[in-house]
Amino acid sequence: MIFFVVAGILLGIALLVGVVYTVGSLVWLLIQQWRDVISFDRWSEVLVTIKANKLRTALTTISVAWGIFVLVFLLGLGRGLNQGARHEFAREATNGVWLIATKTSVPYHGYDVGRYITFDNRDYERAKTVKGVDHISGQYYIQGAAFTGSSMMTKRGGKANTFQINAVHADAVYLTNHVIVAGRFLGDADIAQKRKSIVVGKPVVDFFFKPGEQPIGQWLEVAGVPFQIVGVFTDEGGEDQERQIYMPVSTAQLAFSGNDKLGMLELTAGNAGPAEVQAIVDTIKGQLSERHGFSPDDPQAVHVHNNVEQFQRFSMMFWMISVFVVVIGLGTLAAGVVGVSNIMMIAVKERTKEIGVRKALGATPSSIVFMVIQEAVFLTGIAGLLGLSAGVGLCELIGRAHVSDFILNPGIDLSTGIAATLFLVFAGALAGFFPARAAARVNPIHALRDQ
Amino acid sequence: MLRLNKVNKYYRVGTHSLHVLRDVDFEVSDGEFVAIMGASGSGKSTLLNILGILDDYDSGEYWLGDTLIRSLSEKKSANYRNRFIGFVFQSFNLLPFKTALENVALPLYYQGVSRRKRNQIAEQYLDRVGLRDWADHTPSEMSGGQKQRVAIARALIGKPRLILADEPTGALDSETSRQIMDLMAEINKTGITVLVVTHDPEVASRTQRTIRLKDGKVVDGAGAHESHPQMQAAT
Repeated sequence: MIFFVVAGILLGIALLVGVVYTVGSLVWLLIQQWRDVISFDRWSEVLVTIKANKLRTALTTISVAWGIFVLVFLLGLGRGLNQGARHEFAREATNGVWLIATKTSVPYHGYDVGRYITFDNRDYERAKTVKGVDHISGQYYIQGAAFTGSSMMTKRGGKANTFQINAVHADAVYLTNHVIVAGRFLGDADIAQKRKSIVVGKPVVDFFFKPGEQPIGQWLEVAGVPFQIVGVFTDEGGEDQERQIYMPVSTAQLAFSGNDKLGMLELTAGNAGPAEVQAIVDTIKGQLSERHGFSPDDPQAVHVHNNVEQFQRFSMMFWMISVFVVVIGLGTLAAGVVGVSNIMMIAVKERTKEIGVRKALGATPSSIVFMVIQEAVFLTGIAGLLGLSAGVGLCELIGRAHVSDFILNPGIDLSTGIAATLFLVFAGALAGFFPARAAARVNPIHALRDQ
Repeated sequence: MLRLNKVNKYYRVGTHSLHVLRDVDFEVSDGEFVAIMGASGSGKSTLLNILGILDDYDSGEYWLGDTLIRSLSEKKSANYRNRFIGFVFQSFNLLPFKTALENVALPLYYQGVSRRKRNQIAEQYLDRVGLRDWADHTPSEMSGGQKQRVAIARALIGKPRLILADEPTGALDSETSRQIMDLMAEINKTGITVLVVTHDPEVASRTQRTIRLKDGKVVDGAGAHESHPQMQAAT
């Protein structure tokens, strides 16, 4: 064990020294030969040598282009997967937690199992004060209706239809991804004054109103009680998420004989991690078990739906896939760069005589080094751009083809593209560096000696 | 022009060292045309490398003009080679993928002369060696004599004060050799010092003076203006 740790540390140090040395040398070289970078003449000289060695150029181009192609494609796919997953979650707040009252499954304090639990407004008030709770709302299920009141009719004029009815607090909007397109969502005043305000989804408006008709301020009869529309929302999640009506929980409790009962508590916990969210859930469950006399260890009495945990799990999975993908991509690219380095090394050997002649004619060692690096940068640059476009192209194709729901808008963004290009130039310089040094060490005497 | 003062050079071969140049002393004046002769293994190639600032020596002094050439950095020696010395090799050493014009222009590339300008100048020099029409040909399309002319044009383009030629006629037939030596003599007449390393007495006879090397020592012809039997014979 110790051996591996020491070996790891030594390897790390060696790697660091190597990288620092190489980068340092490159920077030093750049300081000495920076004019070559912007010299058209130098680049055309590079072009001439590249043209003179077509096979080498082709091989190098293929290996680097392939590496970059794989890297970009995998990066893009990873992003697509990530976005796909996020989209799948977009129907609900990714940091939302739902606590739903059901029935007990553990006998407690003399109570038998199978007893139905109901929350009430006190529970809401207490849960509100729990540390870490960001937004919280209770929800009351209208009595006599099915679970969400969807069998209750909503009417206006001669028309009637069923929509999901949610009797909630003002914070409920934070548990959804609704976008208010007209008016406002329910406010605290609606709850406090038990106003007959409702916020409706766009399909509700489309059903009851003619196009162009102003729905705000109009009245709808919901489950036999008239309510005034104060806001309209849409939702990216689609029509299922939009066929809903929100009304103040207090009004619903009053109008539909709910007293102070609540069927569900829903809350968000800001940026809290899974552990913190679990702590919040445990606290609230503790409070509830205390008041309603069920075992705090009862797994069923309060059904908890925790998006934070799920989202975290999914994010983790996709993050790991992304890392995996990047590692593979970088590995392929590294193989490409090593390939370039290798080919350049052979090229330098082949060109010993040429380099000897150049040195005899007055080429300084740093100009030779820079010449080889410029070649490597040029080759990797061109090849990289080819691979980059191919990778982006393939991502685009996959995005258009909608291969899977879990892949959304694959591709890389501009900054990644720029970073990749810079990385390529660096990789090229790195690939060229060692062969270039070998080239600079060519001894003109040996190179020019007649065979 | 150039002066060697007790120059010694050793090559380390395994555990023992080989004494290649032993107290080499000689002088060459401005505008001289000198041959360095010696059997193979006499040290003449080593001497040429030292004169061409391609190799360093172990002791003594080598003055090129007013500059002591000794333990120079690679960058400095590259600069001096570029500005002071023109090389002509036995196997021409032209870059095969470049045209005659580009080959001739190469030293100016390393002086940082712009492409257009150095190509213009290169054309003049190609003209001077009679190969203006061959400017766009690559070396593979040319005869040995033509290649050597291109190489000579390349040696001249940097306006060197010294031309170092290593067996310039070694790869050529006798007729072409004669023409190349004519060209060398012509160049020498313009005031450029020319040093030719050769083992061919015919070539040496075309020069004004012959320095003979034997076992790393100068055995004859060391001093400038000492005796110029060939020149006297010619006049």
